[in-house]
Amino acid sequence: MAALGVAQATTVLGFKFADGIVMAGDRRATAGYTIADAKMRKVFAADDYSAIAIAGAAGQAVELVKLFQLELEHYEKITGDRLSLEGKANRLAQMIRGNFPMALQGLVVVPLFGGYDERQAEGRMFYYDATGGRWEEDDYQTTGSGGQPAKNSLKKRWRAGLSRDEALRVAVEALIDAAEDDVATGGPDVARKIFPVVMTVSGSGAEDVDDDDVAVAVEAVLAERGA
Amino acid sequence: MSFMPYVPPEQLMKDRSDYAHKGIARGRSVIGLEYADGLLFIAENPSTTLHKISEIYDRIAFAGVGKYSEFEELRIAGIRLADLRGYSYGRDDVKARDLANAYSQALSTIFTQQMKPYEVEVLVGEVAGEAGSAGLYHVLFDGSVSDVQGSVAVGGHADELTEVLKQRYEASWDLATAVKSAVEILGTPASIEADSIEAGVLDRTCAQRRKFRRLDESEIAGFLT
Repeated sequence: MAALGVAQATTVLGFKFADGIVMAGDRRATAGYTIADAKMRKVFAADDYSAIAIAGAAGQAVELVKLFQLELEHYEKITGDRLSLEGKANRLAQMIRGNFPMALQGLVVVPLFGGYDERQAEGRMFYYDATGGRWEEDDYQTTGSGGQPAKNSLKKRWRAGLSRDEALRVAVEALIDAAEDDVATGGPDVARKIFPVVMTVSGSGAEDVDDDDVAVAVEAVLAERGA
Repeated sequence: MSFMPYVPPEQLMKDRSDYAHKGIARGRSVIGLEYADGLLFIAENPSTTLHKISEIYDRIAFAGVGKYSEFEELRIAGIRLADLRGYSYGRDDVKARDLANAYSQALSTIFTQQMKPYEVEVLVGEVAGEAGSAGLYHVLFDGSVSDVQGSVAVGGHADELTEVLKQRYEASWDLATAVKSAVEILGTPASIEADSIEAGVLDRTCAQRRKFRRLDESEIAGFLT
């Protein structure tokens, strides 16, 4: 795909914390050895109570998110009811399965999906493979080229019942670890104020964590590393 | 071969029109009005699940009177049209006027070409950025459209209600006054309890992209006391 100059999105992660789930992603999109975009957004609110994070072929992934958001909103308006979280996760699996022929040609899209299950009153998370396989995750999960170092980081730092501040710190630290070990993952750029996108989904809905709060967490991690 | 007696087209249209009128007059009314912060749709509706009022798009709402199955079909078609247009082009390209035109075309075709006309009237409302810039369209069973200024009542005893509404209506009403006044007008002579009121607003001051909000029972009860 690098030869075609197709933009690729890289490291995203998600995990559970005390109030629900956290999802975060770096900001770099690459096309071969070129940085196609330094400020790409890879984590989106799918609706009021769920979020989706994408890795893989950027064009297709963003299109998938757009269509998924549309489907959820459409269902909600037609029926007057939101889909269950399980229903949303299944629908996303079908959409990824629909992309399988493109995945075989190299345009793979693998998202993470998570949200607050209003019926069970808890945060839940799902991950996928290119065939549309869908699995529920109890703790933490990552995807993308920097997924492995990010997962290693979460393995050491994550624990059940993290507070919101602790969760933010753990998420940022895992992304910084990924950026150190993976060329396609962008680290935080303090000078240009480009920070990871972090979202939380809890009983009060899906919310972006303020850039200033992310900046504080980034600076704390960098200070600890002597940067 | 069956023998079809000659019926003059005037008579044919009049019969259909009378039929639709009767069907619509049997149902309950909906009031649509512009208040200080947006648009209010309000109706007497004992059901909490079969709605007369609905969100269509970010700034567009719908209200239907008459036969439920028929205006529900129009509501779903409207949402489908709006979502498709917003996805194909851009969210700002979805306009209430286009939707009113689509409803008008569909109802006009049904009125002239099908066995029985739809016994429905619909309201399509839209709020823009500033006060006084709301658009409210009233589409009749035969496809005629009118652009409503300020306030209107449709369905049931619409003419009498509109008369009273026009006398009392003020564009500067806040939401509480608008709800209270509309419920009084809808509920003459017998007053209506808060749990039989269905109301939805397009609130232009709402920070969210989707401006439509249903008023819940406790909120309505609060306005009525």
